[in-house]
Amino acid sequence: MLMKGNKIRGQLAALSIAAVVIIVGVPLWWRTTETYRAWLPVSQIKQLAKLQLQLSADVEVVFARGTVTPEQQKKVPLTQTQEEEHAVDGDTMLRYRFETRYRTATIMEEDALNKPTAAGADESLHTLSESPCGSLVFYVIPELSLLLPKDTDVYIGQRRTALLRVSSQVGVGRTLEQLLAQLEPRIKQVLQVMSFSHTDVSAVLSDRVRFNPDSKEGIADSMRAFKSSPGYEITFSLLNPDPTSHQLHWDIEGAVQTYIQPLLTKLSPVANFSIDSQTLYYSVLGVKPRFDSSCDAYTLNADSLAHVINPVEARLGSNAASSNPVLNFLLYVPDAHHSPLKIQDHRKQEVPSNAFHSPRWGGIMVYNVNGFYEPEAELPVDISINMAEVMGVFLAQLRLLLGVQSSPPPPGFLVAPRGSSGLADWELDRLMWSRCVENIATATTTITSLAQLLDQISNIVINDNIAEQVSSAVNSLQLAVAELEAGNLKYALQLSKEAILASEKAFFDPSLLHLLYFPDDQKFAIYIPLFLPMCVPILLSLIKMASEARQKRREKLAKKD
Amino acid sequence: MGYFLSYYTYISFGCWVQNMLAAIIMLIFICFCVHFQNTAGQFFSSGHTNNWAVLVCTSRFWFNYRHVANTLSVYRSVKRLGIPDSHIVLMLADDMACNHRNPKPATVFSHRNMELNVYGDDVEVDYRGYEVTVENFLRVLTGRLPPSTPRSKRLLSDDRSNILIYLTGHGGNGFLKFQDSEEISNVELADAFEQMWQKRRYNELLFIIDTCQGASMYERFYSPNIMALASSQVGEDSLSHQPDLAIGVHLMDRYTFYLLEFLEDIHPASKSNMNDLFKVCPKSQCVSTPGHRTDLFLRDPGSVLITDFFGSVRKVEITMEAIHLTDPILQLEDGPMSEEVQEKTYSYVDQLPVSEIIHQKPKQKDWHPPDGFILGLWTLILLVFFKTYGIKHLKHIF
Repeated sequence: MLMKGNKIRGQLAALSIAAVVIIVGVPLWWRTTETYRAWLPVSQIKQLAKLQLQLSADVEVVFARGTVTPEQQKKVPLTQTQEEEHAVDGDTMLRYRFETRYRTATIMEEDALNKPTAAGADESLHTLSESPCGSLVFYVIPELSLLLPKDTDVYIGQRRTALLRVSSQVGVGRTLEQLLAQLEPRIKQVLQVMSFSHTDVSAVLSDRVRFNPDSKEGIADSMRAFKSSPGYEITFSLLNPDPTSHQLHWDIEGAVQTYIQPLLTKLSPVANFSIDSQTLYYSVLGVKPRFDSSCDAYTLNADSLAHVINPVEARLGSNAASSNPVLNFLLYVPDAHHSPLKIQDHRKQEVPSNAFHSPRWGGIMVYNVNGFYEPEAELPVDISINMAEVMGVFLAQLRLLLGVQSSPPPPGFLVAPRGSSGLADWELDRLMWSRCVENIATATTTITSLAQLLDQISNIVINDNIAEQVSSAVNSLQLAVAELEAGNLKYALQLSKEAILASEKAFFDPSLLHLLYFPDDQKFAIYIPLFLPMCVPILLSLIKMASEARQKRREKLAKKD
Repeated sequence: MGYFLSYYTYISFGCWVQNMLAAIIMLIFICFCVHFQNTAGQFFSSGHTNNWAVLVCTSRFWFNYRHVANTLSVYRSVKRLGIPDSHIVLMLADDMACNHRNPKPATVFSHRNMELNVYGDDVEVDYRGYEVTVENFLRVLTGRLPPSTPRSKRLLSDDRSNILIYLTGHGGNGFLKFQDSEEISNVELADAFEQMWQKRRYNELLFIIDTCQGASMYERFYSPNIMALASSQVGEDSLSHQPDLAIGVHLMDRYTFYLLEFLEDIHPASKSNMNDLFKVCPKSQCVSTPGHRTDLFLRDPGSVLITDFFGSVRKVEITMEAIHLTDPILQLEDGPMSEEVQEKTYSYVDQLPVSEIIHQKPKQKDWHPPDGFILGLWTLILLVFFKTYGIKHLKHIF
């Protein structure tokens, strides 16, 4: 009797231990070894991964007097929409939408168009009304108008206007539809120059669509301009290898304030800029120039220019405390023994600007000062550098490096010279379009790959701040895409900048480092010494109980028989 | 050329001469065609605009002198061919030049009889000593550094950067040992490269590793545009080259010694390609069999120049236009500015904020169960059970 009671108590003890292990122990172990992962909006991120962008621009076409007949004038206030769709690859689709509004010119606009020169007309049209960011206004002027020179059909102004000359060869019996049909290809051509085009936008998406050998120039363009970044550092350096001969003075502060700052202020919606300058003495170019007797100067040919930059770069130093990209602009004044120094291009022709630039790095200009003093002058000579000339070259290089495309306009086009800021409004708009698309594409790629990474590696800890950054990036992205669709370029750019900042902050957070790679055999090696000593007695006692119960049942069956 | 030679020796001598001439003329013609390339074509051939190098030596202690010499030789070549210090991340796990046991202080030699001092005059070490850890290495590669890290310690590459990564130290099948206390596995390295690719932090990557069983480290790569070289196959050891009796340790590893010899012949305008690099240190010289992996690389290795990775040849474009500026320079007003400047006086932040430290509350840490908790718990349960019910119940369990 006592033995049986003890046996039952023993069995109950074993069962209760097994119950405690399974019901309390296993969940406790699971909770204490899991990593904290905050919630991420994964479904929204997946939706964003299929990038579908729509770029909309408003175009206003104004008919001046003499281009439409009075009957046509009554029908003219009308709106047309042109849409174009391009599937760049499986995940990316771009849609371009131009909403064209046709109307006739007001009396004040007619007065403005009666100015003697196109530039004057442009100026007075601008005082009448300022077009919002991203939109364009085209004025159609009659063929016999004297505003444009003989062989130009289109004049592209400094702001967001263009003057188109329409040819009236069809005759008086022209319907409005025929007139519009005739204008359409011309308008399209102007839009390719002044507003976004498929080649520009797809060039910017080179991250997502890697191997797209459409045109050599397109690829060269995308390699030359800096990638979109919230800020840039610009450094102007004066290299004087020969201080014993030349005592150089340059008013860099004033020059930057007068010539460079207006451009940078205009570009402030795109990025922040910080400028500094330095002077380096006894720094040589590293390439020996050869004396060319045909032009009586020392020459650097185009092939050796590639080797000029490296020895100089080691001496340049950097003042940057941030991780922003640095643009270096160097002004090199050759020493007295190697003056004048001219740069030759591949065809051995002299280069008028005497300067060259390197993609994603900066530019170098060679400034010859041997003409400023007599050979018998007392050394060192005081030389004051003409900053207007120098800054003109640097400004052109700066424009190229920042991505302001300057492909030659089609024939028959006349582009107004840039204003005091060096950047036309429509060029700024183009830059804003491409930057906006680039930011959105980059932010989307970053967020998508971050979500993929966190999904794949299940034991990375996701803190709350990362989840917050990701959510805010996703929000900004959705808003940016919506604003872009609506055509509000400025807001779209701002939102895209916020999106890219948040996504980069989340992706590059120092806490996301995956150092926890455990191969399976290591996992077994860690857990077996902990759990085996505990599980073996439990399992054995359960097996013993089960075999005893089976034996009893067999005995019972045998007894029955 | 050698191929032609061996093939045509079987034919008569005159025929051989004729064929050689034809081959030479064809070669010259091809060279001519290749020479007339415009700048857009130049852009195409490599697709990169800047170069970076990450050079890591992972072992410490005086007898691992050769690993530091390896890394410094590659550093020297890379600097000589043009990559500036701002684009090189050099990680040395120990200081050999100023080690107490170094009979020639401030030098690290790579050749016997002290022919070549690779320590030089302007070495810039970014991560030194105990800063060289697996964590820091992965942080540099992936860019996940704390915001206070200076520029010189960061890898600020973009999608048009070609990166050279050189690792040396002691390794095994699938791992590389850091600092004699931790290791990095080939899976972690492959994942780090994949994260770099996802963020487009490189255009092309050249990975060179000089350790024992080095080929195991590149087996797991799966990101595109990576070319890898290793000094030995799985199961083989990489051997060192030569001991120096004056210094008392081995100076270089064989693979890097012959690599340095090869690189000394390269100059910035050289046109040698990767196929020459694969031939460096054959089995007769190296004893181990160097390996390479090019299946992930998109371009043909024969068209990749050595200077695409080891040097920094910049692309250059002539500036064709300039903007015509006519405004005179504005005269800046100095008066109010200088007053403002004088009012602001700057001072250093308190280096050791004693009052803050004294009154600091201890940091809240997550609660973890004490060590050995589970073992102790179960021992306790078993003891209590047997105490209560007696030892005779042991037979119910076993």
